[in-house]
Amino acid sequence: MSIQTIDKSSLAERVISTFDTVSKQNAVVTAVRLEALTRFETLGFPSIKNEEWKYTNLKPVVNQDFVPNAVGNISAEQLQDSIIPTEKASILVFVNGAYQPALSVLTQEAEGIVVTTFKEALSKYPEIVEAHFAKYADFQKDALTAMNTAFAEDGVFAYVPDKKVLEAPVYVYFISDSQQVAPLSQLRNLIVAGRSSQAKFVTAFHTIGELHSFTNVVTEIVVGENASVEHYILQNEAEQAYIVGTTQAQLARDCHFTSHTVSLNGALIRNNLNMVLAGSNIDAHMYGLYLLNGNCHVDNHTLADHQQPNSFSNELYKGILDGKSTGVFNGKIYVKPDAQKTNAFQSNRNLVLSKDAAMNTKPQLEIFADDVKCSHGATVGQLDDEMLFYLRSRGIGFESARALLMRAFADDVLQNMTLEEVHTHVDRWIADRFL
Amino acid sequence: MLTINNLHARVEEKEILKGLNLEVKPGEIHAIMGPNGSGKSTLASVLAGREAYEVTDGSVNYLGEDLLELSPEERAQKGIFLAFQYPVEIPGVSTTNFLKTAINEIRKARGEEALDAVNFLKLMKEKMKLVNIDDTLLKRALNEGFSGGEKKRNEVFQMAMLEPKLAILDETDSGLDIDALRIVAEGVNKLRSKDNAIIVVTHYQRLLDYIVPDFVHVLYKGKIVKSGTKELALELEEKGYDWIKAEVTV
Repeated sequence: MSIQTIDKSSLAERVISTFDTVSKQNAVVTAVRLEALTRFETLGFPSIKNEEWKYTNLKPVVNQDFVPNAVGNISAEQLQDSIIPTEKASILVFVNGAYQPALSVLTQEAEGIVVTTFKEALSKYPEIVEAHFAKYADFQKDALTAMNTAFAEDGVFAYVPDKKVLEAPVYVYFISDSQQVAPLSQLRNLIVAGRSSQAKFVTAFHTIGELHSFTNVVTEIVVGENASVEHYILQNEAEQAYIVGTTQAQLARDCHFTSHTVSLNGALIRNNLNMVLAGSNIDAHMYGLYLLNGNCHVDNHTLADHQQPNSFSNELYKGILDGKSTGVFNGKIYVKPDAQKTNAFQSNRNLVLSKDAAMNTKPQLEIFADDVKCSHGATVGQLDDEMLFYLRSRGIGFESARALLMRAFADDVLQNMTLEEVHTHVDRWIADRFL
Repeated sequence: MLTINNLHARVEEKEILKGLNLEVKPGEIHAIMGPNGSGKSTLASVLAGREAYEVTDGSVNYLGEDLLELSPEERAQKGIFLAFQYPVEIPGVSTTNFLKTAINEIRKARGEEALDAVNFLKLMKEKMKLVNIDDTLLKRALNEGFSGGEKKRNEVFQMAMLEPKLAILDETDSGLDIDALRIVAEGVNKLRSKDNAIIVVTHYQRLLDYIVPDFVHVLYKGKIVKSGTKELALELEEKGYDWIKAEVTV
């Protein structure tokens, strides 16, 4: 076993010092990386003085001795518990940011469809990468996206040409191996779905090991006209895991896009989900579920940016907070002046089960068109005593009755999952959690 | 089976039951009648273990045990069933799943093996026929969007499934038209046996045309002030409650 020496410089400095090792083979991408690097150097990590980070303090995270590009070593056996059983799927496993071909299984798809790694795509399909890389996820304002854009070299890459259907859903596992060192992993995903194409993606996060882990992920999803894309983010994490990430979805007219974000535990999780509805007649959904306990902290920042008329967006995020956990929900809806006849709905519902848990929820609507239907609602409450009594009066014990009610609370988020295997799996997580 | 002795109970600071006595034996049906605010629903709630009600004096003995020491679920596991006046709607919980959980928790508490899916469905079918309930109703979330009549029928169906020793029907007739009332009452009658007992809490006599009681008690100002047979209910129907009030104050 080698002993890793940790230098005492700041995490930002340590990350920046690794820029020499980043591949410079593609001039276009390298130019973007350099720009992002400069931006990251200027911005530094956000503090709670930044309005977007008011309730999520990264300072304790970035003060830790995380090791960029730490080599991980996870066996298929160790991985087993993290893998969702599937009948038909492409499975890509990344450990500490690096692709693990031995742990991955790719399904043969129809001609023209590409499911591979970002690294591979950069050498094999440079024109697609160049056309989309960092075109959507903004690194000018967001330091973590800037850091990711400059340094993240691998992740999943998928390209589904016009009218093609991805037959096997893609399951991507981002594993942090924190057995030897506390790793910093940066992942970059690019998903491009052509006109009238269809695709389903799952990105799942898991830490194996006792030490802390820090993952910074950026996913850019380009949904073409009349295409249909469903994206799942599954974070059934360890209590020592830190995850920050941005999912940026660029939506063209007539498309369908659905996002599901499920977070269980994790020391600190920050999910940014930005949907840009750049066309008309778009049907877009954002579903979120967070079940928090202990000291964990989960922050969901979402944006539905309506730029064109006649589109629909619907958002439902639900959370159950116990122990000393804290949650943040910030839901932005922008309706730009051209986006008449927009329908945009947002709902955030929370159960806070202990007096030490806390939820901060903030809807943020900025509407610049006059003929729109927008609504938002947020609730923070407890389990309903009358429901509890009803169940108990039928012989169901207090704990089981609580579990039944909590599962019921989560149900209307989960029932929108069309990947049955994911639905079943998440349902089991929830059952394990509450019983 | 059930012996209530000098029961006093209050909600918040308000004393509602003020020394209630009642004796129920297996096979009997008791009707508790009384004007609004006399404490009928409080009695039902106290027996089922609703937490907002505080017993300040007296005792309730059920099958040789101190009922007041038991949690609501323990009471149910030992055979007490409350048919709610206002059954609560629980979105996201299907009636089927709910009942399977309930039956198996009760069986576990009694040291019996859990019912498997096949036997559970068999039992469901049998009881559905008994109380004449449609399975489309049971596939929906528990009571969600049910009409008043459907909710009450679901209560009786649950009663059939759980086979209680002592069932308490809390104003099961309220909000029902005569047809719904008859269907619900028929269901209850089919569940009568020499081993179980039923307490029917009601404001009106009409339910007792269908569920014929052995005893009728009039509850007024937190006490049972008059007891009799089913003829007493008819007399109340005819004369109203004023004569009782007059009799008590005299």
